[in-house]
Amino acid sequence: MSLQLMRGNEAIAEAAIRAGCRCYFCYPITPQGELVEYMARELPTRGGEFLQAESEVSAINMVYGAAAAGVRTMTSSSSPGISLKMEGISYMAGARLPGVIVNIMRGGPGLGNIAPAQADYFQATKGGGHGDYRLITLAPSTVPEAAELVMEAFELSDRYRVPAMILADGMLGQMMEPVELPEPVDPADIPARPWALTGAKGRDPNVVLSFDLDPQGLKKMNQELQAIYRQIQHNEIRWEESHTEDAELLLVAYGTMGRIARTVARLAREEGIRAGLIRPITLWPFPYDPIRQAAQSVSTVLTLELSAGQMWEDVQLAVGQRADTPFYGELGGVVPTPRQILKEVKRYVSS
Amino acid sequence: MSPAETTIPQGYGKVFSRPQSLSDAPTTYCPGCLHGVATRLIAEVIDELGIKDRTVGIAPVGCAVFLYRFYNLDFVQASHGRACAVATGLKRANSDLMVFSYQGDGDLAAIGTAETVHAANRGENFTVVFINNQIYGMTGGEMAPTTLPGQRTTTTPRGRDVASTGYPLRISEMLAQLDGPRYITRQSLHDAPHIAKSRKALLTAFSNQLEGKGFSMVELVAACPTNFKMSPDKANKWLVEQALPAYPLGDLKVKE
Repeated sequence: MSLQLMRGNEAIAEAAIRAGCRCYFCYPITPQGELVEYMARELPTRGGEFLQAESEVSAINMVYGAAAAGVRTMTSSSSPGISLKMEGISYMAGARLPGVIVNIMRGGPGLGNIAPAQADYFQATKGGGHGDYRLITLAPSTVPEAAELVMEAFELSDRYRVPAMILADGMLGQMMEPVELPEPVDPADIPARPWALTGAKGRDPNVVLSFDLDPQGLKKMNQELQAIYRQIQHNEIRWEESHTEDAELLLVAYGTMGRIARTVARLAREEGIRAGLIRPITLWPFPYDPIRQAAQSVSTVLTLELSAGQMWEDVQLAVGQRADTPFYGELGGVVPTPRQILKEVKRYVSS
Repeated sequence: MSPAETTIPQGYGKVFSRPQSLSDAPTTYCPGCLHGVATRLIAEVIDELGIKDRTVGIAPVGCAVFLYRFYNLDFVQASHGRACAVATGLKRANSDLMVFSYQGDGDLAAIGTAETVHAANRGENFTVVFINNQIYGMTGGEMAPTTLPGQRTTTTPRGRDVASTGYPLRISEMLAQLDGPRYITRQSLHDAPHIAKSRKALLTAFSNQLEGKGFSMVELVAACPTNFKMSPDKANKWLVEQALPAYPLGDLKVKE
């Protein structure tokens, strides 16, 4: 096993290259600068194409073009830049184009700041762009997991012909951890793309479109999309679960907050509080059932986020009236310590 | 009737037929619209260069959104204004492709100005066909960046007031200032001699791409009789008298 000490942003970039990403388009923004720089340095020397676009809007449309040409392609940015990519993501969803978008979230709204935040959950999982589409959203909580999930994002995106997002934050982008990098994907294992635009030689022309002016036609296109989304919801929900069997209190947190919650659960156990944890890894599709099940035997399901409570809405949907569903969040790029959160936990247990 | 069903009587020869790159679908353009002429010229040039099997077209948002139906070519439809970014992605992913975008003045010179300028400045090796008809066609005749001073449109009902809405944007002249592009030209589609010149310009633009020479753009000045609220004949006359003085024809940049 060969471990390398890598920054989250760099591990994501390296994993993308190993996943077979041939074209990467970007626009500089903090706190994902190292990802851009890594790609600029590495991708051209490893058979890929790196291009710094004139805007986030252009970068996502370059991804749209490269995806239409049939290659694995990616763009990355941080919150304000992701907002600009939303039109392009909606078009990719409509045109059934695979591609990976990385969001290293920072504080918002507006220009916000460059500190870690999780306030783009709604944007990633509930739309963001226009139309009835869904975005596979994968949320790593460590650097090694970020590398794994990048590989996974390319696989899922190809398998279902939908765009996929890595939703991480400035903390994960910046921190360094030992990573065992995944083996490079054999190009022969990348699914064929008979729909790609390669020139209509010896076949009928292929077209890549996201529109149908006939309402019945567009209805059918949407129904096909919804059928794909149902398949994804059925097959691809991922989560981590620990100590839920005997839990009296369940923590639900993802990403950086999920990682902090692991420590909180351990500290709580040390103090005799039977805390369990569910850490959603796919934010869409969301692990409603695992949370619902774990909530059967607890009195409280405490959601933790670096936001004002976005995933919280999904947790409440999952839990319903089965347990109390309080929320603890930090705003503006402030990251709480495990001890701070433990205080909250104790409050709910004593009450 | 498809060509296969046509029998040529003895003593006659076939002198005119649909280019292979065009499908047999009827266009959705209005009567007298010059989009149809541009659409056909591109097909002729693709046939002539023998590049049909490796060409990918990019349809814009606007009257040419159905372009993929009119051609026998691989096609992608781009979001409004982003064709040059999409073309960049296609060409960077597969440099063997022959890529062209077809864009109107709203698409290329308003909402897509940044994409256009930067693709040109990078000298991207693809071909842009820019239809300048001084108006938004599909949405109902609103002011375009290319609308002439005083010209009435549905959003300039009293005529374009330059004090409030600015001047006709001569984007070809702008692009010609850059070091990146290989070939920037402006031609017109109002009569047969000019159509022949437009065809020649398109041939140059596609040949440049084939030879890896970089960014070429052919601006084609055209009329929109429906939204000008004129007969096709009057619209073409208006083009010569009003539009061409504002948009002088000829090569604006030829980088050797």
